[in-house]
Amino acid sequence: MTSIAVRPAERASLVDLLDRLLATGVVITGEVTLSIAGVDLVYVSLRALLSSAGTPGIIETARR
Amino acid sequence: MGDGVWLHAIARDLEPGAVEGLTGVTGAPVRTVATAGLVAVASPVDLDQFGAEPLRRNLEDLAWLERVARAHHAVVAELARTHTVVPAPLATVYRDDAGVREMLTQRRGDLDAVLERVDGRAEWGVKMYAEPAAAPQPQQPAQSSQDAPAGSGAASPGLAYLKRRRAQLSADEEQWRHAADGAEAAHATLAACAAAARRHPPQDRRLSGRPEPMLLNGAYLVDRRSADQFADLVASQAASHAELRVELTGPWPPYSFAAADEASP
Repeated sequence: MTSIAVRPAERASLVDLLDRLLATGVVITGEVTLSIAGVDLVYVSLRALLSSAGTPGIIETARR
Repeated sequence: MGDGVWLHAIARDLEPGAVEGLTGVTGAPVRTVATAGLVAVASPVDLDQFGAEPLRRNLEDLAWLERVARAHHAVVAELARTHTVVPAPLATVYRDDAGVREMLTQRRGDLDAVLERVDGRAEWGVKMYAEPAAAPQPQQPAQSSQDAPAGSGAASPGLAYLKRRRAQLSADEEQWRHAADGAEAAHATLAACAAAARRHPPQDRRLSGRPEPMLLNGAYLVDRRSADQFADLVASQAASHAELRVELTGPWPPYSFAAADEASP
């Protein structure tokens, strides 16, 4: 039986982690470009729903 | 500015003590916010660092990003070991608990659907790269002065070079196509044996740490009971595709399957 080495998630590379953590989300205003080693990693959009009294504010990131 | 609330994950119910000892992205204790039959797992963050503007700046600081990402993941992963959870994406921050409760109430239908989808399952990551060392080398056309057109004289070496170059590019492209086709076939096989599958964009070579192009960056949602079987399947795909290098990571919390309207590729 052939086998394959498994790299556990707790020792995952930052890139593998960010692939997952920055996925999905809602499209937004205001953009950030993240770079690792000079490479544009992701295009992250941020939004703040500024709250008036009693209205919750939500800040979410999304990956383009 | 005061405390904001960083969301780590959402569960159906958690037993007392479930988040004891866990700390969030600033080292503060993790706690829960419950409503509508759901439990949000959260930790306090200072809006001076985690409000929209500062967050935008901080996310561009790689050291900050890595620290925060790994701290968030540590909480999610610990809970996901023994509970069904919907992980939150990075940097989902609310102004207060009321905001969290409102989100839980509004999104309850979607969250229930995701909880059902991921119940008893974990995510596995499979990356595939073109493996040039093992790929078959297509025949190169013979190059010799006898092949040069009559009368070309001194132009032969240049022409011969161009012919070899063109042939090499065709061979490279052929190898790449062969590997890409292999990755498609392998992905289809893995997806068919998973509850759900999703493809992330291939990682840039400068980030993947490998010189070969990445052909597949797949995420597969697999029953926990079938984890070994899935790993065996990945191994057999790797063995039957000499043109591919295959890497397996996991188990992961179901990050890639947490969106309400997730569709299979």
